[in-house]
Amino acid sequence: MSGHPIEPLYTAEDTAADDERIGYPGEYPFTRGPYPSMYRGRLWTMRQFAGFGTVEETNERFHYLLDHGQTGLSTAFDMPTLMGYDSDHHRSLGEVGREGVAVDSLDDMEQLFAGIPLGGVTTSMTINAPAAILLAFYVLVAEEQGIPAEKLGGTIQTDILKEYIAQKEWCFPIEPAMRLVTDMIEWCSQKMPRWHPVSISGYHIREAGSTAQQELAFTLKDGFTYVERAIERGLDVDDFAPRLSFFFNAHIDFFEEIAKYRAARRIWAREMRDTYGAKREESMRLRFHAQTAGVSLTAQQPLNNVVRTSLEALAAVLGGTQSLHTNSFDEALALPTEEAVRVALRTQQIIATESGVTNTADPLGGSYFVEKLTDEMEQAAYGYFARIDELGGMVEAIRRNFPQREIADSAFTYQRELDERKRIVVGVNDFIQDGEEPTPILKIDAALEQKQVDRLQATKARRDGAAVERALAELKRAAATEENLMPSIIEAARARATEGEMIVAMQEVFGTYTESPVF
Amino acid sequence: MATATARKIRVVVAKPGLDGHDRGAKIIARALRDAGMEVIYTGLHQTPEQIAETVIQEDADAVGLSILSGAHMTLVPRVVALLAEQGVDDVLVTVGGTIPADDIPELKKLGVAEVFTPGAGTDDIVDFIRAGAAERHQNTD
Repeated sequence: MSGHPIEPLYTAEDTAADDERIGYPGEYPFTRGPYPSMYRGRLWTMRQFAGFGTVEETNERFHYLLDHGQTGLSTAFDMPTLMGYDSDHHRSLGEVGREGVAVDSLDDMEQLFAGIPLGGVTTSMTINAPAAILLAFYVLVAEEQGIPAEKLGGTIQTDILKEYIAQKEWCFPIEPAMRLVTDMIEWCSQKMPRWHPVSISGYHIREAGSTAQQELAFTLKDGFTYVERAIERGLDVDDFAPRLSFFFNAHIDFFEEIAKYRAARRIWAREMRDTYGAKREESMRLRFHAQTAGVSLTAQQPLNNVVRTSLEALAAVLGGTQSLHTNSFDEALALPTEEAVRVALRTQQIIATESGVTNTADPLGGSYFVEKLTDEMEQAAYGYFARIDELGGMVEAIRRNFPQREIADSAFTYQRELDERKRIVVGVNDFIQDGEEPTPILKIDAALEQKQVDRLQATKARRDGAAVERALAELKRAAATEENLMPSIIEAARARATEGEMIVAMQEVFGTYTESPVF
Repeated sequence: MATATARKIRVVVAKPGLDGHDRGAKIIARALRDAGMEVIYTGLHQTPEQIAETVIQEDADAVGLSILSGAHMTLVPRVVALLAEQGVDDVLVTVGGTIPADDIPELKKLGVAEVFTPGAGTDDIVDFIRAGAAERHQNTD
């Protein structure tokens, strides 16, 4: 799919049959998996990304998914929340609750997890520029439930570099944003040893149009950059690296994806040990969540998407993922209905219980094709590392639009292949069905926006305004120093400062960010 | 009257609202440019006011609104209304993105000429804009 040439046949001559490079699961270089027993020891977490409307609707969906057998939570926030705007901001008009759940304050967060003891579940939160604020909300909800932060397990995405590259959700310029990431890594290494403060992501880079090789290279390079910043802060690599986690796309080119995951583990292990001086195996061991590729879904003949998601999920499992979200068949045009997300969850459950692929670790290890492709993926990644290093590192590369341009070029190439029918997508440019009945899709009730605005006003009316002012002033003061911002964010959150208020306070110190786009 | 150095068709490709999905918008912008049009890509996070202002300042023949955040039924009508308020009623307005079939008739009633949903071919989009904008060209000559 990436354009990488594939031979009609692979034989023993294609692979060095290098046991040291392939290794064993659970041992350096972890090509075959981060754990010796893999799924026989512990299945991947079934973690469906969910969120829409207000916290009531999303809490209901959380319970639905848990009742139907999912084993971890994953939270989708709406665009205003992702971009640091409160629901009553003029820029939030029409956007509240559309792409995820609206969260403005700690009050909302309490409702989001109503009836869900946070000590008994791990939660992932997909949020980046405002991540520190949402983590503060989560910690405080748990505290109210009587659960100390150090007992909490989960992940917050926080990966701001890929925002500038691909997902495009930002609040601040790059340097202050990186400071916040390092603050979270530092704070979590001391206060939340079970928590993943970053989910270094390739999913969005791939969705934006990159090849698998670019996804692999840019993701790992982002990861190395966070490691470097944390080491510069004075942290010992072995104190924070074990809780760095990753998030990859599971796309439709089956073997390319499996090779990508295996190459990722091997590269990360080598660089952590040899370049960053990690001594603990846990610091070298790449663990990841995967999501099946949203861009592979078609609006045409949506039931075909069940097949696509199944193949993609299988690739992620054969590639050794620790956590998995499977897309719903109706997601080309909307957030999933209950029925559609249930089928997506069942897809994982069928793979786990019926297919037998979980019975052995890295079942494709030793395949001539898979080992060769793993090697080639690795080589391609190092090619990109060298180019990025020549530009002065990833932050500088981003400033110069290098990854953004690579992604735009790959996206354009792919689209031309579709337009010219050099590449087929069933139902879109071949095997077309005329006169399809539209599939029923989830509609977000427009009234929920006003409901959320009312909630926000009620929060503001209830809270101690003076305490909020003091807390925001303190946050601003701390932002202008080199202090870790987590404590002052937590205190502001506790006082019911809203997300938007905290972001504005920090923007007054940090400034904002505007992209200079290339196409 | 046609001349040898005919003015290029000018298209604004715009990203309204908070939506950050710019893959499609960038592809269309590039395809339109490759097809010989003058393309102004607004970049992300544009308010309807900013988009209308860009369309007017750039003397655009067409504006393509790319939106994948579900906020289209708020943002597209606002752009159309702002253009009308400022007396601009001959700009070809197209919309691309994750637009459910149910919303398309209402958008068209507002004056959106066409809505391009997932799977739409790039060449079809380019041809449509060229044809629709050329009409406007003729009317202003």
